[in-house]
Amino acid sequence: MTIISTAGLARTFRSRRGPVEAVRGIDLAVREGEILGFLGPNGAGKTTTLRMLTTLLAPTGGTATVAGHDLAADPAGVRRACGYVAQSGGVDPQITVREELVTQGRLYRLTRARAAERAEELARELDLTGLLDRRCAALSGGQRRRLDIAMALTHRPGVLFLDEPTTGLDPGSRADLWDLVRRLRDEHGTTVFLTTHYLDEADALADRLVVVDRGVVAAEGTPGALKLAYGGSLDASLQDTFLAITGRGPAPADAAPVAV
Amino acid sequence: MLLHDTALIYGRYMRQSLRSRFALLFGVLTPLLYLLFFGPLLTGLPLGGRGDSWQVLVPGLLLQLALFGASFAGFMIILEKDQGIVERMRVTPVSRLALLLGRVLREATVFVLQAVLLVLAAVAMGLRAPLPGVLIGFGFVALLTVALASLSYALAMRVRTPQEFGPTVNALTVPSMLLSGLMLPMTLGPAWLDVLSHLMPFRHLVDAVRDAYVGSYATAHVLYGALVAVGLAVLAVTVGTRVFRTAGA
Repeated sequence: MTIISTAGLARTFRSRRGPVEAVRGIDLAVREGEILGFLGPNGAGKTTTLRMLTTLLAPTGGTATVAGHDLAADPAGVRRACGYVAQSGGVDPQITVREELVTQGRLYRLTRARAAERAEELARELDLTGLLDRRCAALSGGQRRRLDIAMALTHRPGVLFLDEPTTGLDPGSRADLWDLVRRLRDEHGTTVFLTTHYLDEADALADRLVVVDRGVVAAEGTPGALKLAYGGSLDASLQDTFLAITGRGPAPADAAPVAV
Repeated sequence: MLLHDTALIYGRYMRQSLRSRFALLFGVLTPLLYLLFFGPLLTGLPLGGRGDSWQVLVPGLLLQLALFGASFAGFMIILEKDQGIVERMRVTPVSRLALLLGRVLREATVFVLQAVLLVLAAVAMGLRAPLPGVLIGFGFVALLTVALASLSYALAMRVRTPQEFGPTVNALTVPSMLLSGLMLPMTLGPAWLDVLSHLMPFRHLVDAVRDAYVGSYATAHVLYGALVAVGLAVLAVTVGTRVFRTAGA
């Protein structure tokens, strides 16, 4: 069953030098319970697409539905159905982990008691139990990322959008995060829409890949199918496959890719 | 739902303010300095209005407190944008109006608390004003704070850095203060300056509070001041909410 679908989704920005077509018409069909890797070189339109699908940015063309809610007609329904983890995170360093989790639950209309209970549940699930009463500033990079994800899971969304979730993490924390993403899919049936610069991450995690370039979908399929079609064999690297599709390398990440 | 959401956002930011009590006290420092070192200079001077010099100066200082404090409220949201907090809140189902109102009502609470401190200090220095007039003054401070903080947040959502934000706000607030007669009544100046100052919305607010401080409530100044304050607040909240809805677009 399709949980995210877009048809001709487009976004044009106005600038002093004229219109800039960041996304020129993207057609997507993301199946419920899959991990979708959304890849592309710098400026390909990944972040713009993600921001449109999470209601942060209004499309200038096309249509989209997320978990049955039309993006234009029912943005509040989309917000209730999805969780979003931005690359920069989104927690206040001066506030405790517990307070952030409880407030986030309340923003999703949980009662105070239920929000407190949910904070404990999430802390157990994401290995944050001993950190609940610490200020967010005192967390390590990996702990902070797990908290970001916990915040996005407060309301048990069916769809989770992750924007570069492992950028800047050490190899151990990356591996933990990959396990967590797989558990979300396997144990909760969560659909994960993931953008990443790390091709090894996309290869290891994603059930299916969509490669965008210059604002349109350039290729899509399972990692194996793409390697076969564009890299020549199943043994081809995703890096070579990506280059064959786009003619360019993936956008550089803040930190060098780390093999895990 | 709007009430629930607004109360949540208000509570979150109010707790943040209560954690930094020093900021609450330092915010009132500048008007206190004016009160201590400028107020005594005016004692006995003919200021052209009714009431004594304290009844002229204190209303101006109250609105100055709101003007400078609330206009710079947007600094915090620039920081929050960098930390991803604004986006995280914007992808929740919380009403966009509540995202703004919760924040600006916190500002209004903080500035009314600071205004209370200022008036208490002024009373110790010699201010005598009727209680209803003092309460009306607090009402104007609250409305002006809601209006200016909303506009400040709207501007902060649109700019990228504090370096863009600070000079823009300064360029707007300093002339506003000078042309509104916050420190001294504009009737003391030449006619052209008095006429020009009538174009400033804050002029009407300070005239209204000065009337209230001498116990005159049913005056044209109070009526115009109230209309300007409410109109400005409604307009600013509308603009601010729209920016919270469409930021990044």
